[in-house]
Amino acid sequence: MNIHEYQAQELFTQFGVPCPAGKVASSKAEAEAAAKELGGGKLVIKAQVHAGGRGKGTFKNGFQGGVHLGDTPAEIGDLAAKMIGETLVTKQTGDAGKLVSKVMIGEAVSIEKEYYLAILMDRDTSAPVIVASTEGGMDIEEVAEKTPEAIVREFVHPTLGLQAYNVRKLIKGLKLNKDQGKQFNKLIKSLYNLFLSNDCSMVEINPMVVTKDGQLMCLDAKFGFDDNALYRHPNIVAYRDITEEDPREVEASKFDLNYIGLDGSIACLVNGAGLAMATMDIIKFSGGDPANFLDVGGGATEEQVAAAFKIIMGDPNVKGILVNIFGGIMDCEVIAKGIVEACKQTGLTLPLVVRLEGNNVKAGKEVLANSGLPIISADTLSEAAKKAVAEVG
Amino acid sequence: MSILINEDTKVLVQGITGGFGGKHAGLSLDYGTDICAGVTPGKGGQTFNHSVKNVPIYDTVAEAVKETGATASAIFVPPPFAADAILEAIDAEVELIVAITEGIPVMDMMKVKSVLANSSSRLIGPNCPGLVTPGKGVDSYGGCRIGIAPGYIHKRGNVGVVSRSGTLTYEAVYQLTELGYGQSTCVGIGGDPINGTSHLDVLEMFNDDDETEAIIMIGEIGGNAEAEAARWAKESCKKPIAGFIAGATAPPGRTMGHAGAIVGGEEDTADAKKAILRECGIAVADNPSEMGKTLLEAWGK
Repeated sequence: MNIHEYQAQELFTQFGVPCPAGKVASSKAEAEAAAKELGGGKLVIKAQVHAGGRGKGTFKNGFQGGVHLGDTPAEIGDLAAKMIGETLVTKQTGDAGKLVSKVMIGEAVSIEKEYYLAILMDRDTSAPVIVASTEGGMDIEEVAEKTPEAIVREFVHPTLGLQAYNVRKLIKGLKLNKDQGKQFNKLIKSLYNLFLSNDCSMVEINPMVVTKDGQLMCLDAKFGFDDNALYRHPNIVAYRDITEEDPREVEASKFDLNYIGLDGSIACLVNGAGLAMATMDIIKFSGGDPANFLDVGGGATEEQVAAAFKIIMGDPNVKGILVNIFGGIMDCEVIAKGIVEACKQTGLTLPLVVRLEGNNVKAGKEVLANSGLPIISADTLSEAAKKAVAEVG
Repeated sequence: MSILINEDTKVLVQGITGGFGGKHAGLSLDYGTDICAGVTPGKGGQTFNHSVKNVPIYDTVAEAVKETGATASAIFVPPPFAADAILEAIDAEVELIVAITEGIPVMDMMKVKSVLANSSSRLIGPNCPGLVTPGKGVDSYGGCRIGIAPGYIHKRGNVGVVSRSGTLTYEAVYQLTELGYGQSTCVGIGGDPINGTSHLDVLEMFNDDDETEAIIMIGEIGGNAEAEAARWAKESCKKPIAGFIAGATAPPGRTMGHAGAIVGGEEDTADAKKAILRECGIAVADNPSEMGKTLLEAWGK
């Protein structure tokens, strides 16, 4: 799950992580009022969308850039009017762009030096790792490649938590002076607490800066949260912005289906995540392109199968459907009835290839054969993929 | 012999009174597995009634172990309570803990893993289909089944199977059985980013097991567990291995159903992993329909 920049700033404020003062606005009037409250001086206004490259983006109304500087409340208000309700296209949004419904107004900070700072859950060591670098404001993967010595990694003990020596090593690695080190000590402790308390999978700050007047603060942040832990963080769930998500994925999540939209022409419906990935792979291997990843899970109901068909058919790129079910515990006859029912309900017109295997498969295949529907049956995964590719041409 | 479990393994089920746990405890009993105890806090003294036998239920794992001598536990406890259930089994010194539960928070597993390192227990999973050592009866009846795999597709034999995924494992097992080759033990290690047992751990066990003559290792995008296992195998494994890596078509940065299945960098893509497996002498199937066939070729059958 992603969150907006203004929401990240709220979390920072709540946990005592230093960041520039900022306010969110969803209209010109609100933006002007926010600018007035923030007082004099230079202000920055940023479009709030879940995508990078905002500064260099272009609005569909022709206005250039999703990040601007302004000096007066009136100027900020005018800039807000050009952004709110408009669609911003950046290198990460695709041609469709993203609708901007909110802007964030913050103090513009004069930067002396930029750093990179992140806390991630490291799967190899099963522990959180803090990654820091003196080369801030840049793509960290590039830094890792060109100057790996500029990156410091500090592992945190999974049950003891952040220790004083961890912080000392980071301060040394970032070459901070005494005063900056003192500020960093407080910042990293607050940030680690935020990371732990909210079940984050990642907090990435790029850049963390020292300002011209010597203040250490976090400017831009990217958060990742553990989906499995969202049940215990209603505050984070409240940050979810479904207008930022693929509507097909939002619909799928209502039925507990695991769906990810892609841009091929063969839709697939599979039970189990590993087999679903393998089914996508074999479509590609057979010369086709998968339209989606869709795992209906181990105990899919008729209702879920019907919902899955509706979502698949809502994708205009889909020219054919491949259903691959390994009915281990599930009865293939029950699954077959679910498929037939879903076809009837949705008035399916696309070619449908079904591969059923496992428990009570014979009865399942009979249900499909006797349904009167033009279902193409296959015995193996390979045969199913070949038939599906042949159908879509 | 098989690895980890055999026909005589005594199994307790944590969460036996839940719908999912109860269903699979019943299927294991039908398969001939010695399910000797159930654990549900607050329901001690009751029994789990099934056509094969009635299984006593205890309030705590320690009590169940003491009364029945169970050495393995299957965990079907809902995600918010699953880490606690694993810790309770570790505390009761259960030798083999199999966590089926999907959706345990990563931070919970981080703490469990830390405790596990200083314990006498082995954890398989979480978010896994469990293990099967097939029996010698009809449809492999009489084996040990811990978890949710369909028992009847197995056949007792000499291939060890290790995988992160459930249905993809069944696919491989089914291919082997259809080709006439049985399995020593099939282990689903689970699709989460932090798990108890790795591909490498299982390869080591298969390598030391007399009954296992060849191995299928199934992996997917994300992390470097398959690469680590392959590098070990190149140096130390005496047995032929066939591999498959799912997720060649997965877009970067998206979690593909399993919490651990996400392409983060250049090295955890399917292509990168396949290349490493091949360099290490593992026969890689590009087509998941040919996992069994690929193994037989590598095995010289």
